[in-house]
Amino acid sequence: MHASTSIQTAEAQDLIALSPPHIQIKDLNVTIEGKRILKDINLSVPNNSITSIIGPSGCGKTTLLKTLNRLVDDTKGVEVSGSVLVNGEDIYAKDAEVTHIRKKMGLLSQKPFPLPMSIFDNVAYGPRIHGERDKKVLKQIVETQLRNVGLWEEVKDRLDASATRLSIGQQQRLCLARGLAVKPEIILGDESTSALDPLSTQTIENLLIELKKDYTIVLVTHILRQARRVSDYILFVYNGEAVEFGRTEDILLNPQHEITRQYVKGFIS
Amino acid sequence: MNWRLIKDKLAQRSFALLLILSIVVILLILVGLVTKSVPLLKAEHLFNILSGSVWSPMKGDFGFLPFIMGTVWVTMVSLVIAVPLCVLASVYLVEYASETLRRLVLPLMNVLAAIPPVLYGVWGVLFVVPILSEYIAPVFGVDTTGYTVFAGGIVLAVMIFPIMISIMVEVLQTIPQELKAASLSLGATKWETITKVILIKAKPGIIAAIVLGVSRAFGETIAVLMVCGNIPQLPKSLFDAGYPLPALIANNFGEMMSIPLYDSALMFAALLLFVLILGFNLISRIILNRLEEKAQ
Repeated sequence: MHASTSIQTAEAQDLIALSPPHIQIKDLNVTIEGKRILKDINLSVPNNSITSIIGPSGCGKTTLLKTLNRLVDDTKGVEVSGSVLVNGEDIYAKDAEVTHIRKKMGLLSQKPFPLPMSIFDNVAYGPRIHGERDKKVLKQIVETQLRNVGLWEEVKDRLDASATRLSIGQQQRLCLARGLAVKPEIILGDESTSALDPLSTQTIENLLIELKKDYTIVLVTHILRQARRVSDYILFVYNGEAVEFGRTEDILLNPQHEITRQYVKGFIS
Repeated sequence: MNWRLIKDKLAQRSFALLLILSIVVILLILVGLVTKSVPLLKAEHLFNILSGSVWSPMKGDFGFLPFIMGTVWVTMVSLVIAVPLCVLASVYLVEYASETLRRLVLPLMNVLAAIPPVLYGVWGVLFVVPILSEYIAPVFGVDTTGYTVFAGGIVLAVMIFPIMISIMVEVLQTIPQELKAASLSLGATKWETITKVILIKAKPGIIAAIVLGVSRAFGETIAVLMVCGNIPQLPKSLFDAGYPLPALIANNFGEMMSIPLYDSALMFAALLLFVLILGFNLISRIILNRLEEKAQ
């Protein structure tokens, strides 16, 4: 089968060598109830860029994303070996604090899941949990983050309304604002636009591109065109293995691996 | 006409008929209770009946307040015990317990629900009442036989556990995993996620479970009757005896019917119970609707 280490294009390797990678995955193995979901994953995710994880459904890309913020811990019968370094710190170290790790990573899930509270409280939820009590500060955070995602003008008069009243596209932006409010360094997106209409999808994509100047972004997507539109790097995962990693145009136009070529050409999906 | 179509129409009509029948039965019960209560209502003003605290049928005093308060006390005590326990137990079962434990406990709940009330009554007489009179009441410096609203409340609480826990578990299981993930991924602990997100989201369902529990508690007769003393007085503390409405009817119906108006008074008790349960269900329905509207 494939080599256990992913093939990286020379250019990508050079670039990663220049600045230390934000996230570094070393020999990561994940089994769920005895089934090996991820096999010997090695990957360096560069700073301030968008990396898309692509691959056929069931290949393990969502699991890979969930290992990054240890949400995978909540899966029944899961075993993780290897390490994931964020800024050089192993998040699977024994003394690593899960809540602290998760605070560093905003998660944008497939469908928006607003918390059962008002728009304001949704954004203020994270800061409050981490101890922010000052109402002025909270107000400031809420306004800033809602502006960040372009939602402020649409909701400023109804911050007390239930978040579930928003349209689904607005909800997804609210969820993004909610994630940004805890000041993460990394944004993880799990097919974050799959439930949205084309216009909302475009809004989210543009937001992500804008946000990459401040954040490192990792997206799982099964839409190749989306990967092409937004990402700087692409990781192709097949059957639990990281097959190939490189610059977006390299992976899409000039894949090194046969199976990657078949996937990007649409022969397998 | 096509025979299949006739059959279809027939099925529709007969189902409608059955539905009407069951509603008519309820209406008939209501009408029956009202007509039977009329003699008492003619003899005494409704307000006096409801607010009177003296019950001596021989002298013609029919004050229902002791029974209403008896029902209220026993029900409140059972809720105070059962609601927190059931909420915590079901949260544990859904969020923390292993699959094996959950599979073991939930069927057990159904067994618990199927035990005849009289057995709960016996358990109350043999265990709860003595423990109350010998160990718990002395701590508070109270002298009691143990046949109290407290005992009634405890027995009732245990009786409504199964229904409340099974419904609450169902409700909690409907909370999407992703919603929990959303809270966790912001750095919230599991406990914060449970109290600030899961329980809030589950609130309408939890209230529905409580409503069903209360409805059961209101009507429960035999087990409560066996342990709560049955003295027609206004209970002033947990350690006073009480006399709930269903117990009044069960204890006296068919006896002492020669006393004037007694028969009518018991029917009025039944009517009162009927109205209480109906009113309670209506109010809780309204509250639930409000909550669901707010949640949307």
